[in-house]
Amino acid sequence: MASSVLSLASATPSASLSPHEINKGKLNLGNTSLCFNKEKTNPFFKTKSCGRISMVVTSNVSRFEGITMAPPDPILGVSEAFKADNHDLKLNLGVGAYRTEELQPYVLNVVKKYLPIEGLAAFNNVTAELLFGADNPVIKQQQVATVQGLSGTGSLRLAAALIERYFPGAKVLISSPTWGNHKNIFNDARVPWSEYRYYDPKTVGLDFEGMIADIKAAPEGSFILLHGCAHNPTGIDPTPEQWGIIANVIQEKNHIPFFDIAYQGFASGSLDADAASVRMFVAHGMEVIAAQSYSKNLGLYAERIGALNVVCSSPDAAARVKSQLKRIARPMYSNPPVHGARLVANIVGDSALFKEWNEEMEMMAGRIKNVRHKLFDSLSSKDKSGKDWSFVLKQIGMFSFTGLSKAQCDNMTNKWHVYMTKDGRISLAGLSLAKCEYLADAIIDSYHNVS
Amino acid sequence: MMIICRRGMSTTSRATRWSWWDHVTPAPKDPINGVTQAFLADPCPYKINLGVGAYRDDEGKPVVLQCVREAEGKIAATNFLESTSSAVSSKLVQESTKLIYGEDSDIIKEGRFAGIPALSGTGACRIFAEFQKRFYPNSRIYFPNPTWSNHHNIWRDAHVPQKTFRYYHPDSKGLNFLALMDDVKNAPNGSFFLLHPCAHNPTGVDPSDEQWQEISSLFKVKNHFPFFDMAYQGFASGDPGRDARAIRIFLEDGHLIGCAQSFAKNMGMYGHRVGCLSILCDDKTQAVAIKSQLQQIANTMYGSPPIHGTSLVSKILSDPNIKAIWLKEVKVMETRVRRMRAALREALEKLGSPLNWQHITNQVGMFSLSGLSPDEVDRLAKEFHIYMTHDGRISMAGVTTKNVDYVASAIHEVIAFEQDARMLYNMSV
Repeated sequence: MASSVLSLASATPSASLSPHEINKGKLNLGNTSLCFNKEKTNPFFKTKSCGRISMVVTSNVSRFEGITMAPPDPILGVSEAFKADNHDLKLNLGVGAYRTEELQPYVLNVVKKYLPIEGLAAFNNVTAELLFGADNPVIKQQQVATVQGLSGTGSLRLAAALIERYFPGAKVLISSPTWGNHKNIFNDARVPWSEYRYYDPKTVGLDFEGMIADIKAAPEGSFILLHGCAHNPTGIDPTPEQWGIIANVIQEKNHIPFFDIAYQGFASGSLDADAASVRMFVAHGMEVIAAQSYSKNLGLYAERIGALNVVCSSPDAAARVKSQLKRIARPMYSNPPVHGARLVANIVGDSALFKEWNEEMEMMAGRIKNVRHKLFDSLSSKDKSGKDWSFVLKQIGMFSFTGLSKAQCDNMTNKWHVYMTKDGRISLAGLSLAKCEYLADAIIDSYHNVS
Repeated sequence: MMIICRRGMSTTSRATRWSWWDHVTPAPKDPINGVTQAFLADPCPYKINLGVGAYRDDEGKPVVLQCVREAEGKIAATNFLESTSSAVSSKLVQESTKLIYGEDSDIIKEGRFAGIPALSGTGACRIFAEFQKRFYPNSRIYFPNPTWSNHHNIWRDAHVPQKTFRYYHPDSKGLNFLALMDDVKNAPNGSFFLLHPCAHNPTGVDPSDEQWQEISSLFKVKNHFPFFDMAYQGFASGDPGRDARAIRIFLEDGHLIGCAQSFAKNMGMYGHRVGCLSILCDDKTQAVAIKSQLQQIANTMYGSPPIHGTSLVSKILSDPNIKAIWLKEVKVMETRVRRMRAALREALEKLGSPLNWQHITNQVGMFSLSGLSPDEVDRLAKEFHIYMTHDGRISMAGVTTKNVDYVASAIHEVIAFEQDARMLYNMSV
């Protein structure tokens, strides 16, 4: 593989070590010690400033090593202690939740108990398995800190708060362009950010060289925000080979990969295939942050269900990280909402429902692929200019970057009553086969007749 | 009704009246939602919406997945889609604010408030704290001492410095009213205060109506901003209307308050996270501006609240039959808690406890600050397996006629032990 990128001080036979091997084996790191070159002193862990790192292989030292276990919540901690008590006469007068004479929750209309701060355990388990694969060593070895989040937004916000608290001054790099709310989330969380090149308007495709160059140029220890699949807004995803190079560069620069997975299943139609990028990074032995959303792929937008996963190099680090995530969540919303979590846990946990979901996912992604084909055909047959419209087919997922300018987008709306975002993005999920020809007319008109 | 300007200048002219939020401008429109709005407003029959990234079928209609439908059957709920979300949210805000400001409130009729649904009381407080930081970056928040522990976390994470004002009198186990007024007076003019309008958590100690009136008057003089955290409406007196009395007193005095509401306890919505944040405004224009800012803050934290709980609460509050049932149930809950207070006090007195236990029945709501020390609390846990927070706060909802005697005995025991220990110590020195 890309063994040349990993310039180990001492020889290890294989450059692509599984996390299992890394954690079990004893890596001879030679004279190079693993440390962080941070501009600001991080009060949360002690470091020796010993110059730049020339190699990065995750040993047992997690970059989350410095994160300590959060103190137990004074009120909820009481309930935990109560639960641990086996005595017959035990009594919980700790948490302020109404109980009947029989010490049962009182049934009003719909009464649900508070979820723990990290969310429904069943949900947390299935969501991590869905993303990383149930057999993934990082799951089996409990190296993943997973907490339920308020959809993708809330999960990203938790991650941003974690970064701000434990990596003060560290930057997040976001793609240019990216989902509009990313920068808002990091701004409000007081996390600095900058952009890496991504969309190439000349090719209406990926500016891979620019992307790699910008990631390489970023200060060591930056967080690189990546869309796991079905990039929003462009629809342009790196190829598997390109993902491999991206992973190596990130590893080389001691950056942290930070995935936003909002469309698992929507890209290819296969939930597993769409998780390939994330799984590749994890297989590299990297510590990874991954935010998930079930808004689109399960249509649960209104229920606000998602998760934040932090893959750590040790179960101890994962436990500590999880505790601090809870500590961040508590002053935001105390505990997450139960309904969406139950829905997802039920669907993913029930083999018949899960199978049905997989089929529906294939159907939805399939419809979008069909629409892409129809649109491409319409554009190609109607447009006599010879312009290459194949990007419609190459792009993947719900969105397509048309390459239309703002003025051209305005024309789409004003003249053709086609509503799209001003960056030229169209949502193919809103397009039917029947309307493809009309849309093609609109696009061709806007592209050629409006400057 | 003439609303008196907080700066003491009485004026009937709205145009010259000063407001807290004069400098708040409308936030820029969200690029995606703005598209949908424009689309909905377009009468053209062959319009296409390619703006929002939500799945549609070949007829352009939203799809409810069958697997979701089947799962819902197991949990017995209704399906909601993103398009109905904002209607449900508005309904929730309308109905929630009626509970606080009154069914026939002019404020609501005239739209003179900014309201958004929030993730229960915590979420409402957090949104407000962030809003406070954004528009009064140098301000701090004053909490009653003591207050719910998470209040400290919330404002801290919003980077708002905090102070406390005296509230609870550990000797009387009641309100330290003179000290409270003193601290309110000594705070710099225009300070932000968090107040529990009823059923104070953790003490159960509430000011009387007369005391609230005095507090409100002093707030007017000092031009303080009152922020109410209403987490137990209905639990103090059994009547939600009555429990909003403190807030109504402030309204009568012309304060433009802020209010966080939670439906976790009084509607059993614990797991669903349903609440509301409202901020009173000068007029509708200001309300729109402020709401846009609140929404923007929410957009980077969670977007919108989960629809399931939101729908449940708005249904309960808007359907007269269901609301009537809810009111009855609130009364049942409050009654039981009150009975347990009486029973506990009686049991302790029967045991011949030398201490005064009046506070247990004087305090209202779900909680009682027992006066037990941390050591006593530890003992109760270790030896008697009775758990409470270290500040000695008892959730009366956990007390029953079956266990009240045991609880009383245990409390009596640990206190007696402490007293004996103290006696022995005094004797030995």
